Amino acid sequence: MSAPSDLRFTKTHEWVRLDGDVATIGITDHAQKELGDITYVELPEAGDAVAQNQPFGIVESVKAASDIYAPLDGEVVERNESLLTAPDLVNASPYDDAWFIKIRLKDTAQVEALMASDAYDEFADDSAH
Amino acid sequence: MTFNPHTHQDRAEMMQTIGITEFDQLVGAIPESVRYPNLDLPRLLTEMEAAARLSDLAERNLAPKPGNTYLGAGSYQHFIPATVNQILSRGEFYTAYTPYQPEVSQGTLQVIYEFQSMVAALLGTEIANASMYDGATALAEGALMAVSASKKRNRLVVAGSVHPGYREVLRTYLSSGQIELIELPVPTTGFANRPEDFAPYLTDDLAGIVIQYPNFFGAIEDVRAVADAVHAAGANLIVATYPMPLGLLKPPGELGADIVAAEGQALGVAQSYGGPYVGLLASRKSFVRQMPGRLAGQTTDSEGKRGFVLTLQTREQHIRREKATSNICTNQGLMATAATVYMASLGPEGFREAARRCYHNAHYLAQQLASLPGWELGLDDAFFHEFVVKAPEPAKDVNAKLLTAGIIGGFDLGVVDPTLDHHLLMCATETNDRAGIDRLISILAA
Repeated sequence: MSAPSDLRFTKTHEWVRLDGDVATIGITDHAQKELGDITYVELPEAGDAVAQNQPFGIVESVKAASDIYAPLDGEVVERNESLLTAPDLVNASPYDDAWFIKIRLKDTAQVEALMASDAYDEFADDSAH
Repeated sequence: MTFNPHTHQDRAEMMQTIGITEFDQLVGAIPESVRYPNLDLPRLLTEMEAAARLSDLAERNLAPKPGNTYLGAGSYQHFIPATVNQILSRGEFYTAYTPYQPEVSQGTLQVIYEFQSMVAALLGTEIANASMYDGATALAEGALMAVSASKKRNRLVVAGSVHPGYREVLRTYLSSGQIELIELPVPTTGFANRPEDFAPYLTDDLAGIVIQYPNFFGAIEDVRAVADAVHAAGANLIVATYPMPLGLLKPPGELGADIVAAEGQALGVAQSYGGPYVGLLASRKSFVRQMPGRLAGQTTDSEGKRGFVLTLQTREQHIRREKATSNICTNQGLMATAATVYMASLGPEGFREAARRCYHNAHYLAQQLASLPGWELGLDDAFFHEFVVKAPEPAKDVNAKLLTAGIIGGFDLGVVDPTLDHHLLMCATETNDRAGIDRLISILAA
């Protein structure tokens, strides 16, 4: 699946959807395929600060356990509680139902530096080999 | 296991590969004077002479055995059924090590799974791991679990009635200073901490409170009341316990403890002058990702047959080293097997019966000691198989007198607190019958 064109992406395979100064964050379809069946997601709580390029959560799959990195600086306003009880949503719906957290951004300009979908597709293609 | 020494040719090839001609070139950096020093050793003994010498030395020990000891304080003399060592010595089980290629060791995994199930039932918790080194390290790991689960809370409070050795291990574990440890003093009133002792510490940075049940002095503290107070403050309760009292007492997990740690030695493991023992660590299911060590799980294989696996291994050191929950990624395999066989041999009813005998023997002992002139019991309330008693003379003199009669006395509490040097912690188990206790009393009365 090509990455949705309305999102921005990181080299650590997170996606960002911007809505005003609130960014929704998840992991990409490519990432969930590489990880395999997701068995556990650990997320920060509302009010926690996240920092760009720093881990904010953990995803465990049958194959691995990986840190999830914050693409941007901000403060968590909401987390996706349903992932805590149904982590397999990440496999089923990585770009919609399985968003991880919503953060209020410190600096919306940071988004500009993230990859657009075509650049990410190319990047993911390369890193798959 | 066959030992294959290197042949002369192996050595020659290895030396050629690394480019040397003489072995001494490898140790050349060590100064000549210390390279092959002359050691001042006695003459070599034959095997027969060495055996005689070691046996002479061993006979000078007074080893605890059924009936000759009233010393507990964390290590307890219990009868070990012959089934325990018989099964333990089977080649399939006889290793101290956890399986490192686990799924080929289905029998070992099944034992671990049964161990976990029995430990969880005994401690009254949802889950238990495959065991830890001993009770003290299990408690310290349990305390760390409480901190890592609560994230923003960084302080632990430990009751003064927790085993002094366990408190010392906790102090060592937390010595880097990242987690604040507050130690309450030894409670002098009835040797028990009261729920109100903890009230000043129920702050919003408290991660957990650590208590012991029955406590080090034998008193049975109110776990439920402390649990309720700790939970109201948003923190966790960590309880250290022992298996045998739980044959009669309600288990800590049922009284609201979030994490329970125990020394499992009483379950079929010989006292052996302090080890190897086996730590039990159990908790609510919500802590499963903070729990260190190994967890065996039951599953079905591709043919639908029951099988066992090591599960949740991502918590462990070998998968996510830098994020590991602990540096423990093993278990105390052989001793956990002993505990499993012990529990299976006794069964729930046999276990309750052993506990009942401990209780009655200890209460008979307490009653008899209290009837001696100048002797006084130290606890205010109920106890299980261990209690404090104050003697009219220093505890060490009492113990010296008993030792000459071949009896190991109680724990001299002067070691913990010099003002308690007339106090003894006395223990009786199912191995201390009335005849033995009467003999002890007659020696002390003389």
